[in-house]
Amino acid sequence: MNVRLYVLQRGSAALMMPLVLVHLAVIFYASSHDLSAADIFARTRGSAFWGTFYALFVAAAAIHTAIGVRVIVAEWGGLRGAAPDLVMWSFGLLLAALGLTAVAAVVLA
Amino acid sequence: MVEITVSLWRGKADGSYQLYRVPQRENQTVLDVVTWVQRHADPTLAYRFACRVGMCGSCAMTVNGRPRWTCRTHTAKVVKNGKLQIGPLANLPIIKDLACDLRPFFEKWQAAKGAFTPGLTRADAIERIIPHTAPRLAADAAIECINCAVCYAACDTVRWNPDYLGPAALNRAWTLVNDVRDTGQRQRLQAVATAGGCHACHSHQSCQQHCPNALNPTASIAGLKRHTMTAYLKGELE
Amino acid sequence: MIGPGDRQRHTLNSGRHRRDALWLAALVHRLSGLALAAFLPLHFLALALALKGEVALDGFLRWTANPLVKVAEVGLVFILSLHVLGGIRILLVENLPWFQGQKPLVAVALLTAALLAFAFLLRAA
Repeated sequence: MNVRLYVLQRGSAALMMPLVLVHLAVIFYASSHDLSAADIFARTRGSAFWGTFYALFVAAAAIHTAIGVRVIVAEWGGLRGAAPDLVMWSFGLLLAALGLTAVAAVVLA
Repeated sequence: MVEITVSLWRGKADGSYQLYRVPQRENQTVLDVVTWVQRHADPTLAYRFACRVGMCGSCAMTVNGRPRWTCRTHTAKVVKNGKLQIGPLANLPIIKDLACDLRPFFEKWQAAKGAFTPGLTRADAIERIIPHTAPRLAADAAIECINCAVCYAACDTVRWNPDYLGPAALNRAWTLVNDVRDTGQRQRLQAVATAGGCHACHSHQSCQQHCPNALNPTASIAGLKRHTMTAYLKGELE
Repeated sequence: MIGPGDRQRHTLNSGRHRRDALWLAALVHRLSGLALAAFLPLHFLALALALKGEVALDGFLRWTANPLVKVAEVGLVFILSLHVLGGIRILLVENLPWFQGQKPLVAVALLTAALLAFAFLLRAA
């Protein structure tokens, strides 16, 4: 962990605070109203708001998670040298790819 | 006569605990116990102490799993069921028995730029320090460190991350960051902003819990995090 | 217990050393983060079923009606809340001037996370 990774990690955490609150509200709403796929698409398809919101959330989560995992594999997994960075980039890119695919799936018609 | 069964670490890293029976006395410290063993049971026992009154920090050892000053630890407080376990400080190489090698601790102190960098000479007027300014108060709150390494031994992040400079070194760096006379601030912030610097701290606060001088390295490190973040965002750091 | 070359572990072993509330809070924060990291790829893959159309996603949503899955969802809400609230505590500790009273904050975070999970359980049931 150095100052650059720290700023990215804490910054993405701070950014996600309001995003998580909205997401929790969405989770509560979706599950208590028992929304079907059609119900969900009716709300999300073509929505610039949800597209932007969740794309941002995915980006922040990917950065935050990747850096967190990097610290854990170094401190608890004993990885040294270039290995923690490799894990960080792989996992971060994986999350970003999967996440943006999911956002596209739900938002794009 | 009541006796304590004391388990003392003997040997180097590949050593083991050995048992000794030591008379328990009123007003007895753990340092008294170790000294008794060396004088009456086994003269080959190696250990360190100096002032024996809680000023120098030389007698720090691991007592029942926690790092503390043995001269300031009464046996009545730590003996459980007549038993006591004493070992060298954790997170440092063992020289022999209860004495560990503090060189890595001091090397990290230097690496954190924990030394004062002057800007004036003896020909200049003495610089005035105003005692109640915020930086001076911050420095004063952290300045009483006597490098006993108890915090270093208590820190899990030191144990998990060999690069981590540790609470004492970073705490000292913080006092110097707040010293208006010091001219080496850029190098110091750079030193604590690299891998193993202040950002490795997870705020477990074991250091603060164990410090015999009631210092708070976690708070000092939080201060370093704020300063380095600001410097980084201003483009002053790599 | 002690092996050759194992110079750092001999005395400060996790079992014997009493851990306190702030240390446990850090551990919970790390483990909850790890759990969320493991969960996220699965979550994204499930949502990507939408690419295959409504039927595929509906099939998945029906599966989540299973009570065991609901319990897991309550657990997830709990873990997410714990991680976020613990993270807020860290952001406060690192960015505000030092304050006492962190242990009560930890208790408040734990309680709030439990309440959120319980509220989710009530609404989802």
